[in-house]
Amino acid sequence: MHLDVRIPMGLLFLLLGIILVIYGFTSGQAIYDQHSLGQNVNLTWGAIFALFGAAMLLLSRRKKSG
Amino acid sequence: MQSLPALSLLATGGGSHEVMLKLAGVDYLILGLYFVFVIAIGWVLRKYLKTSTDFFESGRSLPAWVCALGFIGANLGAQEVIGMAASGAKYGIATSHFYWVGAIPAMVFVGVFMMPFYYGSKARSVPEYLKLRFDEKTRAFNALSFAVMTVFSSGISMHALALLLNSILHVDYNLCIAVSSLIVLIYIVTGGLTSAIYNEVLQFFLIVLGLLPLVLLGLKDIGGWSGLMKQLQGYSTAQGFPGAWSHSWAYLGSAKSNPMGIEWFGLVMGLGFVLSFGYWCTDFLVIQRAMAAKDMGAARRTPLLAAIPKMLFPALVILPGMIAVGLYQKGAGFQLPSAADGTPNYNMVVPAMLSQYFPNGMLGIGLTALMASFMSGMAGNVTAFNTVFTYDLYQGHLYKSASDAHLVLVGRITTVVGLLISVACAYAARQYNNIMDMLQLVFGFVNAPLFAIFLLGMFWRRATGHGAFFGLLLGTLSAMLFHGLTLPVGETVGIKGGWLTAHWFFSSSMAQNFWMAIFAFVGCFAGTIIISLATSPNKTDDQLRGLVYSLTEKIRDHGTRWYARPAILGFVVLAGAVVLNIIFW
Repeated sequence: MHLDVRIPMGLLFLLLGIILVIYGFTSGQAIYDQHSLGQNVNLTWGAIFALFGAAMLLLSRRKKSG
Repeated sequence: MQSLPALSLLATGGGSHEVMLKLAGVDYLILGLYFVFVIAIGWVLRKYLKTSTDFFESGRSLPAWVCALGFIGANLGAQEVIGMAASGAKYGIATSHFYWVGAIPAMVFVGVFMMPFYYGSKARSVPEYLKLRFDEKTRAFNALSFAVMTVFSSGISMHALALLLNSILHVDYNLCIAVSSLIVLIYIVTGGLTSAIYNEVLQFFLIVLGLLPLVLLGLKDIGGWSGLMKQLQGYSTAQGFPGAWSHSWAYLGSAKSNPMGIEWFGLVMGLGFVLSFGYWCTDFLVIQRAMAAKDMGAARRTPLLAAIPKMLFPALVILPGMIAVGLYQKGAGFQLPSAADGTPNYNMVVPAMLSQYFPNGMLGIGLTALMASFMSGMAGNVTAFNTVFTYDLYQGHLYKSASDAHLVLVGRITTVVGLLISVACAYAARQYNNIMDMLQLVFGFVNAPLFAIFLLGMFWRRATGHGAFFGLLLGTLSAMLFHGLTLPVGETVGIKGGWLTAHWFFSSSMAQNFWMAIFAFVGCFAGTIIISLATSPNKTDDQLRGLVYSLTEKIRDHGTRWYARPAILGFVVLAGAVVLNIIFW
């Protein structure tokens, strides 16, 4: 097929990650104390999501030029 | 693991301890974004869809890793995420048997030994393989029963999703049915199998990245692995099966010493062999993904690559259940979700954990991951259905000379019709729980013996069409007879068994199911051999070339790097599974 699955997937995870990170910055600490043992999981995992998304996009680029 | 979601999955909702998720705007944004992408993928793929091979088989062009993730994704429906966590709570680490015994060996076998026949025979579906190898009636029997089962299964997934969302979010049931079926409809009609597979890949990563934080937080809360083991020891003793939650094999010597109610032989032969091979080696839902691969090597590697994450999934899906009961034992204020009458509602364990540990933001991710798994299950069933209907039933029997474009049109229409039937099944499941139980039972009878004819078909030249067909019937009959003569302890005669006469008793339904599978397999195996020997071969050697082991050229892997060779990969995967079994003995 001609659409590499890594493109839409990378884009989605990158966007999700950005949303999570932004929310992680703007939400108060209260929700993290209430739920995730005080850890700002939105920030942490948002970053992981975004990195994963970016990695997928990069991998799809390399394949194209390769 | 069964191709039908267990009906016990259907939560009766409400109760003394309800689980409710409180969503914020960010969660809806995340969910909305996911839906947009899912539909967009189908839309973009639309322009690449030119032939029926594109629509039904992804043009046989996908790389192995994509097929592998689709292979697991198709299997990873509602029952996996919710059901395995529920089982983790109910039985502990022994639930891993559904993976390390009940999946890995079969996945290795299908990749190394069976894919050459599926892929090399140019069959476009599993029933079509049966037609090439045996005869039309065998194919028709398989195609019909599979088609009905798969559309039914899609309906059950739809219903389970709507019930769940209704319960945890108070979304209207009909709205859930409408929205979920509409989204699946759009992305399958536009993008075909490729769209389904791409979404399965997406779903896979969503589940992994969505559940991993849950497991990590839960483990931290309970005091790490050792903390968990300590609580489980206490919990299992309180339940009357000391140690059983933290050991997968140690308490399988007798059906009475573990909560699953099964001993090792029934487990290994019933689940590990008959049921497991019956599903992973013959169910077109998963095989279709491997057949979409770009070449033979990729097709063989698909189940093997898929086995790697499959081996690691217990950490993601079973652990939350174990952690939940551990937290309950610890008395840390964690409440086990319960139904209206106070009995524990294990199917709500994952939503309960999400509600506990995920703040808004990650909560949206967790919910999206859950929905993705339900919808992938639905979509997988629908693509398998439209392919079997179009190729095996429509082209096979109704309109043999259909043009390619005509077949694609039929495929699209079948998708719509299939989803409509699924919706009907969903409402039927809501209304008539008993009928659904009955149907599930019947499908169990039909599926149990199936692997026998594939095994004999692929490895024994002498197996004939009559042998396969009547062997299947005999196997199904054996299953029915067995069911009529046995009953799990404590159950009433009827849908649970014993309707002929309750002669033998089992410690659990699961045990009865595993042993029924063994008997059905033996009945079919013996029947097929005897009837094949009594009837004359209906295919010449030339016709069987590429379909049977002794008449097919052995595949030489010389050009492939050593670590990509199926035999080596298979061996490594099996060794990994053995190691895991030993670690969690």
